[in-house]
Amino acid sequence: MASATLVSVLVTVGIVLSLIPTTFRLLREITTQIFGTVWAPLFTPSQYGMAPLLTGTFIIVSIAMVIAIPIGLASAIFLSDYATFNLRRIVKPILEILAGIPTVVLGLFGLYVVNPEFVEKYWPIGEPLAYTALGAGLMTGILIIPIIASVADDALSSVPRAMREAAYALGATRREVATKVVLNAGLSGVVAALILAFARAFGETTIALMVAGSYPKLSANPGDPMQTMASFIGFAGIGDAEVGSSAYNTIFLVGTVLFTVTLILNILGNRFISRFREAYE
Amino acid sequence: MATTSTSLESRVSIDRRIKDFSFTIFLSVSIIASLAFIFYIIYRLYNNAGFLLSWDLVTFFPSYDIDTAGFQSSIMGSIWVVGFATLFAVPVGVMTALYLEEFAGKRNRFTALIELNIQNLAGVPAVVFGLIGLAFIARGPLSWGFTVGSAAIVLAMLILPVIIIITREAIRAVPPSYKEGALALGATHWQAVSKLVIPSAVPGTATGTILAVSRAIGESAPLLLLGALSFVTFNPTGLDSGFTILPLAIFKYASDSREEFQVLASAGSLILLAILFAMNLFAILLRDYTLRKRNV
Amino acid sequence: MSMISNQSQASKVAASEPRKGSNPMSSSTASRKPSEPLKFVDPVFTLKDVAVSYGNFVAVSDVNMQIPSHDITAFIGPSGCGKSTLLRTLNRTNDLIPGAKVHGSLFYHDADLYHPSASAVEVRRRIGMVFQKPNPFPKSIYENIAFGPKVNGRPKKSELDDIVEKSLKSAALWDEVKDRLNESALGLSGGQQQRLCIARSIAVEPEVILMDEPCSALDPIATLRIEELMAELKKQYTIVIVTHNMQQAARVSSYTAFYVTEVNLTSDRRTGKLVEFNETKKMFSTPDDERTEAYVTGKMG
Repeated sequence: MASATLVSVLVTVGIVLSLIPTTFRLLREITTQIFGTVWAPLFTPSQYGMAPLLTGTFIIVSIAMVIAIPIGLASAIFLSDYATFNLRRIVKPILEILAGIPTVVLGLFGLYVVNPEFVEKYWPIGEPLAYTALGAGLMTGILIIPIIASVADDALSSVPRAMREAAYALGATRREVATKVVLNAGLSGVVAALILAFARAFGETTIALMVAGSYPKLSANPGDPMQTMASFIGFAGIGDAEVGSSAYNTIFLVGTVLFTVTLILNILGNRFISRFREAYE
Repeated sequence: MATTSTSLESRVSIDRRIKDFSFTIFLSVSIIASLAFIFYIIYRLYNNAGFLLSWDLVTFFPSYDIDTAGFQSSIMGSIWVVGFATLFAVPVGVMTALYLEEFAGKRNRFTALIELNIQNLAGVPAVVFGLIGLAFIARGPLSWGFTVGSAAIVLAMLILPVIIIITREAIRAVPPSYKEGALALGATHWQAVSKLVIPSAVPGTATGTILAVSRAIGESAPLLLLGALSFVTFNPTGLDSGFTILPLAIFKYASDSREEFQVLASAGSLILLAILFAMNLFAILLRDYTLRKRNV
Repeated sequence: MSMISNQSQASKVAASEPRKGSNPMSSSTASRKPSEPLKFVDPVFTLKDVAVSYGNFVAVSDVNMQIPSHDITAFIGPSGCGKSTLLRTLNRTNDLIPGAKVHGSLFYHDADLYHPSASAVEVRRRIGMVFQKPNPFPKSIYENIAFGPKVNGRPKKSELDDIVEKSLKSAALWDEVKDRLNESALGLSGGQQQRLCIARSIAVEPEVILMDEPCSALDPIATLRIEELMAELKKQYTIVIVTHNMQQAARVSSYTAFYVTEVNLTSDRRTGKLVEFNETKKMFSTPDDERTEAYVTGKMG
């Protein structure tokens, strides 16, 4: 049975082994090129400027967070401090359903509905086409709302009732108790929720690929198509790059960056969760 | 002697009242928006492709002619891949959980490291698992190619952390008094575990596994890298067979600009959602059934 | 919340002798029948046929009493007799528990506490509460005290500083913390935290301070300090304290209410009942009811 446990270790080792060596091999070849602004590793001549991937990822993830944080936190506060027992029993499963929608379906909705009917029509800057970063950001935001809502709700609900009662006993209204006392007391758990949601958005491939397209445009306009690190991996992986070529290795290079960033974020997020658990359980 | 009358009317300032009211509105709107979105997405999908829904969709194979196009190959592909993935992941996951909960010593460096490892694996983006599959399984040392077997291993790695975590929770939920009672009657540790702890933990584990499986069914990114995006018109024939899965069949149709295929993609989405809904419903019913049985 | 009427109550009318605060007239107690509730001039609370239920479970019922102002009234009785539940109805803290219902009439001076037009927020501002386990907010000492005033108004920083200092002084905590107001309140000892909670309540200038077993989580020395504090506080506030420590009730309170749990033999339901409400001195020496006597002499637990 102990050997079964080692499987999980093997997996991690596997991930690291698959990513690191190819990354270093590649980096040796292309070191300075990374700082360029054109990302075209699969073309000839290949260019390896990572800037478009970075801006693409940053813009889409930021839009996702801007959407998800208010709605996610609002849902969490609603569940922990406003909903009656019965209302909570209805709303929690609804959020579970939202969490269960596969990314392909969200991507489809972004591609067929959000981009043509909302972004293309109403986005004032530039000329949005079929693929937009804004659409991808919106759909990724919807993807991570349940993460924020459930982790933050766990945190806020664990704040002891006595603390709420003390605040009420001072003449505070429900909103004041929820925002000035409960949120404050459960803050580390809420921060954990945000970090974990960010990590999830960061690693999301399918939505970005379907809705923002596969053209690594360097731009600050969310109405443009863009490519994220994750969607590049998906895109390049579909194609038939020759094993061992530089083009092939770039998939692993970008994968390393992705893995490292999400790893750090997840460790950080889990740290906050344990800090929170220590305080209240 | 009190001569003035006391009033308990609210002396909350207008300013606070406005904030209270707006905040409540904000919260309600957020919740309603989430709910509404779910309905809206289903509505739009159905609007687009509802007319297409029929058993033919499930029995036909993909084709460039919309009248004869269907999803059988991808549905069967999903069943094969996820089925084998579950077969690989569940025993390993359950044994790992059992080991960590029951047989590993007190918290030491080794177990703490393993736990940290599992926590981190749970947060790795799905696409990275595709990368490791590409590097080691499809190509590289094993070189199994783009087959059901490779895909099953990759998905197994994906759901393994989730199964471990859920099983551990199910095991932890078994009251220690059961085990202690058995030990006090002279049972060995292994007997106590196998005859009491494991059976009690089965319902929780089963429910959790079903949920992990339904997540695996919806995954698209990792298998993109394993060649599942090809236009496959046959059902899998074995672990070494080519394949495609339902989410990627949808993806493929969606990438096509012809309108007939977009409608097919919507139809496929409805099928996928129906399958997921059925699985989750099953998990919930199973949990309620076992809870009721236990409390009788 | 169900309530009976909103007419002014009869409490202003004293029965045999009017009682006011801490000047009991011992000679008149002999003339009062045990079944007649003690009456005061201008009582802070007037309870008539009050009962509290959670769904089908009746926690306490048939409570009739008045609570005098500027004095300490204690609720005592074995555990489970509903004394905490009753205390919580006095500032509508039970509203926060789903399914809780208050029956009968509960008046605060001449206002019906549970009338639809009464604001729970306002009720709680006037009637504060200190809880069993000290529960300071995870903020600084200053911010804990400032929370109430900030929420209820827009005080300037200088006003806030004054309020914080005054409240901490009234709670006999100022000297110990004046140099570390910005440190976390969680770093204080249990007794200090409880005094902080008292200071926090005082900061919103209530009329009444309810205390739900405030010393049960504290050591004897901290307990003594709080009891001394209570003696000081009653000059300005009305205090109602629930305690399972009889000696404490005897030490600090002027009036005591004694509750028991009655078991309904047919339904096996337990309900708290008010047995006797009397001057503390009398209750602990020659109580009117034999059950009270059994409890205070230790015959009944």
